[in-house]
Amino acid sequence: MSTGDDGSPIQLLSPHGERRPHERYDALVADLGPEALASLYEDMVVARRIDAEGTALQRQGQLGLWPPFLGQEAAQIGSAHAIAPDDFIFASYREIAVAYARGIPLPDLMRQWRGAANAGWDPFRHNMAPTQVVIGAQSLHAVGYAMGVQFDGAETAVITYFGDGATSQGDVNESMVFAASFQAPVVFFCQNNHWAISEPVGVQAHVPIGLRAPGFGIPSARIDGNDVLACLAATREALGRARSGNGPSYIEAVTYRMGAHTTADDPTRYRDANELEDWRGRDPISRLEAYLRAEGVLDDGLRARAAEKADDVAAALREATIHMPDPAPGELFEHVYAGPHAALDRQREHFERFHAGFDDHAAHAAGAHTEGAR
Amino acid sequence: MAGMTFAKALNAGLRKAMERDPKVVLMGEDIGRLGGVFRITDGLQKDFGAHRVIDTPLAESGIMGTAIGMAYRGYRPVVEIQFDGFVYPAFDQIVSQVAKMHYRTRGAVTLPITLRLPYGGGIGSPEHHSESPEAYFAHTAGLRVVSPSTPQDAYTMMQEAIACDDPVVFLEPKRRYHDKGEVDEGLGPGAGALPMGSARIAAEGSDVTLLAYGPMVKTCLDAAVAASDEGVSIEVIDLRSLSPVDYGPLEASVRKTGRLVIAHEASQTLGLGAELAAVLTERCFYHLEHAPVRVTGFDVPYPPSKLEFHHLPDLDRILDGVDRALDRPNSLSGLEDGA
Ligand SMILES: Cc1ncc(C[n+]2csc(CCOP(=O)(O)OP(=O)(O)O)c2C)c(N)n1
Repeated sequence: MSTGDDGSPIQLLSPHGERRPHERYDALVADLGPEALASLYEDMVVARRIDAEGTALQRQGQLGLWPPFLGQEAAQIGSAHAIAPDDFIFASYREIAVAYARGIPLPDLMRQWRGAANAGWDPFRHNMAPTQVVIGAQSLHAVGYAMGVQFDGAETAVITYFGDGATSQGDVNESMVFAASFQAPVVFFCQNNHWAISEPVGVQAHVPIGLRAPGFGIPSARIDGNDVLACLAATREALGRARSGNGPSYIEAVTYRMGAHTTADDPTRYRDANELEDWRGRDPISRLEAYLRAEGVLDDGLRARAAEKADDVAAALREATIHMPDPAPGELFEHVYAGPHAALDRQREHFERFHAGFDDHAAHAAGAHTEGAR
Repeated sequence: MAGMTFAKALNAGLRKAMERDPKVVLMGEDIGRLGGVFRITDGLQKDFGAHRVIDTPLAESGIMGTAIGMAYRGYRPVVEIQFDGFVYPAFDQIVSQVAKMHYRTRGAVTLPITLRLPYGGGIGSPEHHSESPEAYFAHTAGLRVVSPSTPQDAYTMMQEAIACDDPVVFLEPKRRYHDKGEVDEGLGPGAGALPMGSARIAAEGSDVTLLAYGPMVKTCLDAAVAASDEGVSIEVIDLRSLSPVDYGPLEASVRKTGRLVIAHEASQTLGLGAELAAVLTERCFYHLEHAPVRVTGFDVPYPPSKLEFHHLPDLDRILDGVDRALDRPNSLSGLEDGA
């Protein structure tokens, strides 16, 4: 496992934004000019704003649930900026900033959280699978896709995202077995945000999580997940390894979930306020700001542009969410099977007759139906 | 006696069982400090310690499999799976190992494991949080499957399940967690008549027998009230035990009413309703005035929350089913072959 000199996570930017040299990684970010740096910054600012808007929309009853990713902007935006259009992404529910950076349309980002659909977008339009709720399941899908890529002889890489909790699942461990045995072109990107709902990472692992992969024969790096440059560099290196036929890689991005697990969660029940404060001092955006200011890239103009973009995105997100139509009742029966299915067709017909009956007896429908819903 | 929520009654039942038997241990994700995402284990780790209330790694197969080993060693594990949709990673351990161990070892090993599973829909959750997997378990020999529908039963049945030497899949109707009811805390194992294996007449009636369990019992009771306004008398029976089913009271009721309606949230095909209809038809054939009617979830994956109330049987769909059983005008009227 590669780490920093003292075994700490690899850093290119200190928490105060000082540039730290690194033997391998420097070359991987050497091409970043002012524009690319500004775009990383802007995406992180917008991502944070999306998160705030999601939380607000949930509080206002416009979303059923929202999983905040506040504090994880560097891990998600940094890694996402390394992914090529042809590469395929298999992520979990929390990778909303990855999806944003991937160009997923804003309404599609919200669809599943509003409860209007189970999956927000067409995976093949964006080369990104719908986000996964069953912990760790997507890691196997990623490896299978990567095996397909390999059999096709394509120069495509695959990346899968999961949390520290997920590393306990059989699926994630099995996916590493497959990836190593077949030398599949896949990158495992673990965001160790220190908590799996109420469980600290120590419940999942007795050693740093990045140490596991070498036991499967997979090269691994432990990086500072709040350092966008380190995240970008490590992901570029790993995706490059995959594309050039050198097999899987593992990245443990050490970061922190600043918010609740989801809007249904109350972290004060299990988390120490001091810990939160400690991590506030390692904020990914202020760190990049300090660096960019020192480099002369961040000025009032860039700040204002980023803030304006964030405002626009937030407004568009709100519009799209509030005006998202409810699915038609008949959609209940759509897409269960790719072809006709006699039993389901019959149930659909019955359902339609049942509803038609209500149209005939509107009075009966109105009161009783809502009451009966409980 | 005190008004208690369903959730609190489960918590009290767990506490009672832990006090009674030091070998009872709770295992699951987030059940310690947090007290579980539904707070069913609230305060238990504080009072019994981290070796009795174990926050496990996030691995359902691991939880179930280690519970088996602990039971081998003489413990009585009570496993919480956080949501219905996350029981499937543990499915192999449950159906291939837990269910079969007693049989395989010709009785040498008993696995007194209670598997607590919040199940069912109606709370506006995302994917994988609203499933009704009861048929998978009831279909598996070696498992007992139960589901309480009232706080009193939640309290008492929890203790019975834990005291039971067989593995029990204990299905908790999560949309009823906040419902309140009277709970007599004197009712537990050793207190005479116990509910776990026995069906309960939830409301007496004479025209139609309506069978339900777990989350549907309340909806069916509401339907019975609504029907009585129209002069139809419905007998509502709460199964409590889905495997084995206590057929005595069911047969008696069907013989009395001659009409049978079965309601459940789970999909229709090969659901519990099919089994209940088959058995009761066999046993009460000459008393039935109409073929048994099922009112169930559709044969679709659990839909997104904006559609779930079309999927779940509600009061209107149940009353429509009752109309079918009574040969009154209903949504299938005019079709040659009913169901
Ligand atoms: C198989 C499975 N078990 C349990 C859950 C319930 N659950 C949802 S998120 C979560 C914690 C996940 O933690 P981690 O993998 O660290 O990811 P994070 O949420 O921190 O990003 C749990 C237990 C689930 N979604 N899937």
